[in-house]
Amino acid sequence: MNVARMTTTPSVSTPAVMHAPVDTAGLDERITIRSLNFYYGDNKALKDISLPLYAGKVTAFIGPSGCGKSTLLRVLNRMYDLYPNQRAEGEVTLDGEDILSPKQDLNMLRARIGMVFQKPTPFPMSIYENIAFGIRLYEKLPKSELDDRVEVALKRAALWEEVKNKLGANGLSLSGGQQQRLCIARTVAVRPEVILFDEPCSALDPISTAKIEELMDELKSEYTLVIVTHNMQQAARVSDFTAFMYLGELIEFGTTSRMFTAPHDRRTQDYITGRFG
Amino acid sequence: MANLYAARRRKNSITMVLSLAATAFGLGWLVLILGVLLYEGFSGLSLAVFTEMTPPPGSTGGLLNAIMGSLVLTGLAVLIGTPIGILAGTYMAEYGRHDRLTSVVRFINDILLSAPSIVIGLFIYEVMVYPMGHFSGWAGSVALAVIVIPVVVRTTEDMLTLVPDSLREAAASIGLPRSLMITRIAYRAAKAGMVTGVLLAVARISGETAPLLFTALNNQFWSSNMNAPVASLPVVIFQFALSPYKDWQSLAWTGALIITLAVLALSITARALTTSRKQS
Repeated sequence: MNVARMTTTPSVSTPAVMHAPVDTAGLDERITIRSLNFYYGDNKALKDISLPLYAGKVTAFIGPSGCGKSTLLRVLNRMYDLYPNQRAEGEVTLDGEDILSPKQDLNMLRARIGMVFQKPTPFPMSIYENIAFGIRLYEKLPKSELDDRVEVALKRAALWEEVKNKLGANGLSLSGGQQQRLCIARTVAVRPEVILFDEPCSALDPISTAKIEELMDELKSEYTLVIVTHNMQQAARVSDFTAFMYLGELIEFGTTSRMFTAPHDRRTQDYITGRFG
Repeated sequence: MANLYAARRRKNSITMVLSLAATAFGLGWLVLILGVLLYEGFSGLSLAVFTEMTPPPGSTGGLLNAIMGSLVLTGLAVLIGTPIGILAGTYMAEYGRHDRLTSVVRFINDILLSAPSIVIGLFIYEVMVYPMGHFSGWAGSVALAVIVIPVVVRTTEDMLTLVPDSLREAAASIGLPRSLMITRIAYRAAKAGMVTGVLLAVARISGETAPLLFTALNNQFWSSNMNAPVASLPVVIFQFALSPYKDWQSLAWTGALIITLAVLALSITARALTTSRKQS
């Protein structure tokens, strides 16, 4: 995706069609968001969001700070439930099951929908334990099998070669980029269906960023990925679909190639060409 | 311009001199106290101090029963007070952080933290010693435990509050239930600080005299019966130092030295734990 070329796209007439028809034939809707509203106390942070998230694809949420993209991400695994005075209204289904239902088992939900955070957050324990800890929550495995699972997870996160000789070292002793891949390995080890990335590279250098992006490209064959990013080139590089949000509203959703070359909404165009945000 | 700077320099030197004088005044007394304590205490220090019981006036003896009594009373107080303190602190930091109850508990805990220990001694006298009809080691331990609890509550809450929410979210994001998140992740991250809190509580109670005077009282002899009066270093120091007998006064100095060194060791351990935590 060439950013320079995008700035030369002919101006697009507003108002635009909100959801231009996307060729979704053959795509499997893993998560469906319908008429979602979200409140921090009395403050409405998400306004009537409707959005599909497709299995085996990467969907990027972009938009200026405070537009609600992280909030939307945190609805998907109900992370907001940890805090009082935050509530969501509407419907979010994962494989047809309503995850906003009060009956939803949050721990089960979060086992199915993993999350990688902006700041790497290894647990205060060894590299090995960081991975094994999550696996033991769900499965009782003999030591040799557990070792295998830890190795597979670390390989999946492209970290194995760097840590295989120091699995007993504290997870916090790794570099920032390694810590973030350790967190990805930890998430993958639990075998989720969906992985949410909340600005996973904003604390990392370009080399670590490239590694994580490469990793996402590999992971998407098995998982449904969602990424919140401030970096438009990153959205263009890693995602198949892009949702542009502004002031708590979903302005436009479509394939990334279309969004970055021919946005329908004036605001989308202004944002991706760097005129605001 | 030059005048202005001269005036500033003058003000600077005056403040400097005053600050140095205040520091010297404060530290001077401390050095004097420690110096006398070391001089008087070391001269009485011998093996007998650790192997013999407190003597009647005029004969030789040691502090063995008082040292053991102090260790048992302190140990039991920590055993009673620490779990209560940690559980209360955990509630305040993890479960009820935004609840009204937490601010109420925190307020009351702060009052308890600065309550005069003699009041705590009187309270335990009223609820335990008086109904039981006699002084006892149990009552002494409970009185000390009441002093331990607010210290541990405070440090546990503070240390758990310092654990970043991002770590809690990370734990939740792999489906960890709250109870496991606290015991396996938050406690581990806050461990050094929480242990420091317990050590500081031990340092605090190891020198307490007033609450023990009303509860464990004293015992001239070896006693392993917690249901009877038990000797302790601070009370023995209090009794011996006020006595007219030279050999008792000398033992009091030695006892004071032992407590001071023990508290010093605890403080250094606590300090070492906090710094090692910051570095990691």
